[in-house]
Order: sequence, then structure tokens, then C-alpha cells
Amino acid sequence: MNVTVMKLTARGLLGRRRALLLVILPLLLLGLAGLTRWASDASPEASSILANNFSMGTLLPLMCLLVATGVIGAEIDDGSIVYMLAKPLKRRVILFSKLAVGFAAVFVFAVLPTMAGVAIAGDEGGELSLAYGLSAILAAIVYTAIFVTLGIVTRNAVVFGLLYALLWETVLGGYVPGIRAVSVRQWALSVGERLLGSRQADEWAFASEVGMTTGLIMLTLTTVGAVYLGVRKLSTLTLNSVE
Amino acid sequence: MSTLQLTGVSRWYGDVVAVNDVTMTVGPGVTGLLGPNGAGKSTLISMMGGFLPPSSGTVTLDGEPVWRNTEAYRSIGLVPETEAMYDMVTGWEFVLANARLHGLADPVGAARAAVEQVDMMDAKDRDISGYSKGMKQRIKMATSLVHDPKVLLLDEPFNGMDPRQRMHLMELLQSLATQGRTVLFSSHILEEVEQIAGTIEVVVAGRHAASGDFRRIRKLMTQRPHQYTIRSSDDRGLAAAIIADGSADSVDVSSGALAVQASDFGRFVQALPRLARDGDVRLLEVTPADESLESVFAYLVAR
Repeated sequence: MNVTVMKLTARGLLGRRRALLLVILPLLLLGLAGLTRWASDASPEASSILANNFSMGTLLPLMCLLVATGVIGAEIDDGSIVYMLAKPLKRRVILFSKLAVGFAAVFVFAVLPTMAGVAIAGDEGGELSLAYGLSAILAAIVYTAIFVTLGIVTRNAVVFGLLYALLWETVLGGYVPGIRAVSVRQWALSVGERLLGSRQADEWAFASEVGMTTGLIMLTLTTVGAVYLGVRKLSTLTLNSVE
Repeated sequence: MSTLQLTGVSRWYGDVVAVNDVTMTVGPGVTGLLGPNGAGKSTLISMMGGFLPPSSGTVTLDGEPVWRNTEAYRSIGLVPETEAMYDMVTGWEFVLANARLHGLADPVGAARAAVEQVDMMDAKDRDISGYSKGMKQRIKMATSLVHDPKVLLLDEPFNGMDPRQRMHLMELLQSLATQGRTVLFSSHILEEVEQIAGTIEVVVAGRHAASGDFRRIRKLMTQRPHQYTIRSSDDRGLAAAIIADGSADSVDVSSGALAVQASDFGRFVQALPRLARDGDVRLLEVTPADESLESVFAYLVAR
């Protein structure tokens, strides 16, 4: 990792106007959590449904997409990444530094709000917050890796990312059960489900489509695959105004 | 002292050939890469800077390939054409960050030297987003000079500069070259190039059209068939006299005016008034038909 890359990346991420979105979406979640508490009398089950559908299903992928475009996509689009790449630095180091900044941002702006949302909407002894927090951390790592790599591979990363986040995870999963097993959210939830124990998880509607072993294997494979592809693509990134 | 060597370099995008079998050696001193817009200058510079692999051929810096070789950036300074930088930091912070990215032993000292060299000490603490185009260009220069590179590649550095900034940059490039550095810049303006470039490489439509010092390029560009359009009191009579005299290669009267092509520019210009006077023809208008740079380039390619 390189501190200068991380600093420049962080300023690029937080210094642009779109950084406002990083605050607005979590605030929306906290507002919804308050409403849920008021409407369902702080029941952990309702809280869990909100966290599963909104936090894990929508907020987290959207925030990761937003952060990923902020840490690398925007720089590639406007060409300013040339200043970072035209240096005697391993491209791997640049990518890892950017991933670290991206993950830290997602942790602050999406994982912590997810946990806070659960605590506000309804929890018992912090167990549910912890389970969702753990799942959210895992999902955040994988989503960040996927979307950062997507930003290197294609200039249309936002479109693909949105299609994945909104269609694949949310809509298609509702109609085609098979798809549900191929989902970062489900893999990440499998770990939280194990943490709660199956009886407690059932009671709080905390369910994953896959078992924890499968979940962990898929999470690891996807992350390693995405990072590997990202390093390779960044090493051969072409920059040319004529293209 | 460093030398960039391009050997049989081509680059194509699908069916479009952007650079076609270019072989050139860029050594110490100022080299101007001259060509009309869309000739492949940027593509060449991208390949020299390691941001584009050649489709065929090799680009090497002192024998080492540039593509996928980040160590080459210890010797290369790159001034890209894109204006985008990290707008939310100050000029000073940005140059300093570039020094740190290079892993220099004394980043603050190196950044100060670079910012002084481009004469930006007064404005260094302002945000880049508030800079004028010329100031941005100078900060871009500073980032590329911060590690004291042996090779400097500049893509259209004079674009958008006012005459004073242009002069300042020309002096800077020349002083860098006298220190033994290899400086290459691209431009589509001949006057700009011939003022400072010791060597000129002309690129047209992706091909390496000519190479040499500015006198040679000038000569190539002036000693070519010149075309004139002439209107006179007796076009046909004058045409006959010109052909009989032998001072022009061809004469065409079909378009209503007299179109003359002469390969010996000096001889034709001297002969024309004499022929008109002898034949009692009044010259109404004499215009060179193709003095634009594009037609000069087109001629060099067809040659």
C-alpha cells in the first residue's frame, strides 16, 4: 500500500460533490429505521426485514458502486489517473491502496449505518446488529472489489453495477429462485445466520439461501478473482485520447 | 542521455490504422512531432509513454520495452494532453504528491525545485480548479519534472497558451534540452516546431512522412509542385506562352481560370510577369492555390 495514493484517492472520493450522496443514502436508512421502530414496536423481526431488504439489498451495493466509481472510475474517465500510473509503482500497490480507501469509506458510510439502523429499528442485546454488521462487512469487501474492478474493465461500470444491484439482487431473485443462491448478499448473510444460530435466525427472519461453508468459499473466490482481474487490467490499462 | 527507439511500430483499432509502420529514433535535444490533427501523434506519444501497446513493432527506452514496465517512469516525464488533474488539491500539494509517488528521497525539495522551474511559486497554494489553462499547463510540467527525468514527453503542450506563456515554455524546453535531456513534443503548427526543435519528425495519416532538421523540412515543404490560379485578360494566350516557355509542368484552362502547376517555384514566379508583358496580357489575379499546411502534409505523404 502507498500512503500518497491513499491520500489522493480519499481526497478524490470525498472532495467531489457526489460525496453528498454518501451521506444522504445512510440518512435515508436511519429515517426508515426510525419509522420501522415506530410502526412495529421495535420488533427485531421487522428490523431484520428492513436490514435484509434495504440495507443489504439496496444500500450496500449502491454505496459500494458509488465509492468504487469515486476511488477509480472517475479518474479513469477524466484521464487524471495517468499521474498515478506514470510512476515507478507496482500497479498492484495502486489497486490495493484504492481498495483499502474504498473499503474504509464503505465501512463508515454503509456498514456502520446498517448496524445503527438495526439498533434503531429493533434489536435484542445487540445480537441482530452484530449479525448484520458482520454480513455487511463481508458483502462490502466483495462488492467493493467487484465494482472497483468493473470500473477498470469498462467505462460503463455504473450501468452494469446498477443492473446488478437493482435487477439481479432485488428483482430477479424474487422470481427465479436459482439466482438467489448466486448473490453476494446471500453469501454474506450465511455467516450472520450461523452467528445467530438457526433457531434465533428463523425467529428473526434472518435467512440465507446458502450454508456458511458455501458462502465463505464463494465470497473468497469472488474477491480473489475480482482483485486478480483488477490488477491485471490496471497493469495493461490503455490511455489514449484518440480511441 | 537516453534514447527512445521505435521500430516498425503500428497501431490499429479494429479496421482503423492509427499509426502505420513508424521507425524513428528520438535522442537528446528537442524533437518536434509535427502533423495535422488526427495524424496519430497522440497515439505515438501514448505508446512512447507506455500507455498503449503497439499492435506490432517495438518501443524501447535505452533498450528496455516501455509497455508494462513501470520502472521506465523513473526516466520518463509525461505531460498528457488531458486537462484533468486532481482538482481538489492545491498545485503545491499535487506536485508534492507526485514527488512522493516517485519515492524520491527529498520530495519537498524536489517539488519546490520543479515548481520554481515552471515559475509557479506565487500561485502554488491555490486550488488547481481555480487555475487558468496556462497555470494548469505549468503545474502539469512541474509534475513531470519533479523526478528530474531524462526523457520528457509532451502532448500538444502549447495548446491554449498565450504568447508569453508559449515563449516561457519554449525557453524551458530548450534549457532542459541543453542539460542533455531528450525532449519530445507534438504540435500541428510548423512555426511552433521549427522555433525550438532541433529535429522534426513529420507524421501524416499515421505514417512517418519526413524527418530531419527544420531546414530540411522547410525545403521539403517549399520545393514541391506549387499551384496557382491566374485570371488574366487572355488566359489561353498566356497558357500557350507558359507552356512554350517551359517554366511550368502543366496548365489547365478548363475551369474558367488558368490553373498552373510549377515544380520550380522560383523560375515560374520570375517568368510569369515577363511572359505576360511579352504577350501583352494583363494579369488580373495570381493566387497560390494550396498553401495550407494540410496540403503540404498531403504532398509529403504522396511523395
